[in-house]
Amino acid sequence: MTRNRRPLLALATLALSASAALPGAAFAGPTLDAVKKRGELVCGSNPGIAGFGLPDDKGQWKGFDIEFCRAIASAIFNDPSKVRFTPLSAKDRFTALQSGEIDVLSRNTTWTQSREVGQGFEFGAVTYYDGQGFMVRKKLNVNSALELSGASVCVQQGTTTELNLADFFRTHNMKYESVVFATADEGLKAYDTGRCDSFTTDMSQLYGERTKLGNPEDHVILPEVISKEPLGPVVRQGDDQWFNLVKWTHYAMLISEELAVTKANVDEKLKDPNPEIKRLLGVEGDFGAGLGLGKDWAYRIIKNVGNYGEVFDRNVGAGSKLKIQRGLNALWTNKGLQYAPPIR
Amino acid sequence: MSVTTASAAPKPKIWNDPFWRGLIVQGALLVVVLFLFAGAVINARNNMQARGIPTDFAFWDRPASFDINQTLIPYSATSPNSQVFWVGLLNTLLVAGLGIVLSTVIGFAVGAARLSTSWLVAKLAAIYVEGIRNVPLLLQIIFWYNVVLGNLPHPRQAAPFLDIAFLSNRGLFVPAPVFGPGSNAIWIALAIGIVGAVLFRIWAAKRQRETGQQAPVGLITTAFVLGLPLVAYLAAGRPIGVDYPHLKGFNFTGGQRLTPEFVALLLALTLYTAAFIAEIVRSGILAVPKGQSEAAAALGLRATPTRKLVIMPQAMRVIIPPLINQYLNLTKNSTLAVAIGYPDLFNVFSGTVLNNTGAAVQIVFMTMAVYLVVSLITSAVMNAYNARMSLRER
Repeated sequence: MTRNRRPLLALATLALSASAALPGAAFAGPTLDAVKKRGELVCGSNPGIAGFGLPDDKGQWKGFDIEFCRAIASAIFNDPSKVRFTPLSAKDRFTALQSGEIDVLSRNTTWTQSREVGQGFEFGAVTYYDGQGFMVRKKLNVNSALELSGASVCVQQGTTTELNLADFFRTHNMKYESVVFATADEGLKAYDTGRCDSFTTDMSQLYGERTKLGNPEDHVILPEVISKEPLGPVVRQGDDQWFNLVKWTHYAMLISEELAVTKANVDEKLKDPNPEIKRLLGVEGDFGAGLGLGKDWAYRIIKNVGNYGEVFDRNVGAGSKLKIQRGLNALWTNKGLQYAPPIR
Repeated sequence: MSVTTASAAPKPKIWNDPFWRGLIVQGALLVVVLFLFAGAVINARNNMQARGIPTDFAFWDRPASFDINQTLIPYSATSPNSQVFWVGLLNTLLVAGLGIVLSTVIGFAVGAARLSTSWLVAKLAAIYVEGIRNVPLLLQIIFWYNVVLGNLPHPRQAAPFLDIAFLSNRGLFVPAPVFGPGSNAIWIALAIGIVGAVLFRIWAAKRQRETGQQAPVGLITTAFVLGLPLVAYLAAGRPIGVDYPHLKGFNFTGGQRLTPEFVALLLALTLYTAAFIAEIVRSGILAVPKGQSEAAAALGLRATPTRKLVIMPQAMRVIIPPLINQYLNLTKNSTLAVAIGYPDLFNVFSGTVLNNTGAAVQIVFMTMAVYLVVSLITSAVMNAYNARMSLRER
């Protein structure tokens, strides 16, 4: 009898392992309900990029992408601390989102056609317009990315950066060696030890990563921007309400910057006669219902986190160590690309 | 079984018959398992399709669009994802294959050294084994990569070895052979040499069995395997040239380059596994009863033939089964390459390709299947060898 039982046992093991390995085999209803029931938002974050997502010395997550998750939590719970951050490497981030391990991925992820159409994701809004650049040692006397022929370049695995790098050197018919690492930190360390001549990633990150090096002054960032990198939060396809909520969190922050509503003055602005402000803050009409939220959803975001400009300045802009210019990320009224549809 | 006596005894109820009862219970279990399995597959497939996650293998032929810094077969960013699979697989097999050979050599040497009568040699071997096998492998890989190889000089100040090989933080640059026209003769000579050596060994063994006369097998084998190709090399007018590495721009060009990632991974895997193999070898040798070597000495055999003909054949029976485990471990441990960016199968295929295509289920299953197949082949080969070496009752 034991002889007959063996194949069955093997089959049962196989079935168990298969059902454990298949992502999303048990998908719980709309995301917002699950978040409310759980009492906190689970947000996929970067394991560590200065200015964008990094725990501080007290273990508190800080950064531009982090504050976006805090804004979503504020809209839902009126409490920016009700977020659990799951640090994810570039390589693991999509699997974590596909499998439902996280509710939203806010981790400087580039919006591309194949990610949106081919992998089952939706990109709500562009929270940061970025582009890829190169960092080299000053003493190499390289002034342009076009002089990098023959160089070895450290890059993070599973990023659009890795793909753009291949495109750039192919287009310009230059030879190079890509040395690929699972995390940005490992790549940066290898660059620092001299394994590579250059380190490449999005411009915004290059400034942050440079501050981590032993002697930031010894490294320069080359002027060429070799790609378009629209970065933004990502959600799974198939839950339009959640998708809208994430998208409109960003828009609400943009609109409040446009209307000069800030964290400090939001309470005064409740009495403002401007109908646009009245609609934004929920004094007039109810624009939160369709998102599954109260009518003061945007008020909560601004009260707890602030408007887009405030978040930018505090984390990566003039008020931070990185001192990144607004550039493309200025409001459309200031010759930038940040533009939100109206609330009405 | 009761079936054989069923004709005599009154026929039992079907649920009391162990044969039928077993069949029914197992059949029911099989149906439940199949149902669960099919349910899991269909559920996953529907969910994936609903969310636009690919469930097919269309990604296989799409261009990969990224570069890999160590490829044994032609590859460029325009190659399809399937080529990434083969590149990664070959890189895995390269590091695993070399690791198995080197760790076996080092392991046998260290294992024998631990049993050496020289106090110093035995203690050095013991320090090696205890030091290496008690430190996590991942830590050792990172040690070799960041601490040792990472601190080597830049190519422009590379440490030269007789000006033909260079050690730098971009890797080890060694001269590479260039095969000119007429070098085929050397390969043919080598093949003839190997066949000749094997035939000679068969003949010598037969003669020794029949007449007791011994032939200088080692010397003649060397003459066949090395001497013949050397003669061919000289006769064909020295067709093999050497390409020396030289500094150009950022880096060396020419010669053969071993990347720091490859060197670090190979060193760490080899040294780590060799420590375990050394212990296996020691246990195997100690498992041979002392009476065996005493009997050999009584027959007048000297130390070397005793080791070769009496001790080792018996020790191998103890050594081989755990040795297979070490080979399998080494192959599977090579996936730790991901920590230092060596482009093995797990790193480039289940890492980058998975990320670029989103076909997680297909790619993870394929990768698991590959490691399974490689491991099964390794153990099949070793089991066949074990069967050959095992005790034959005469």
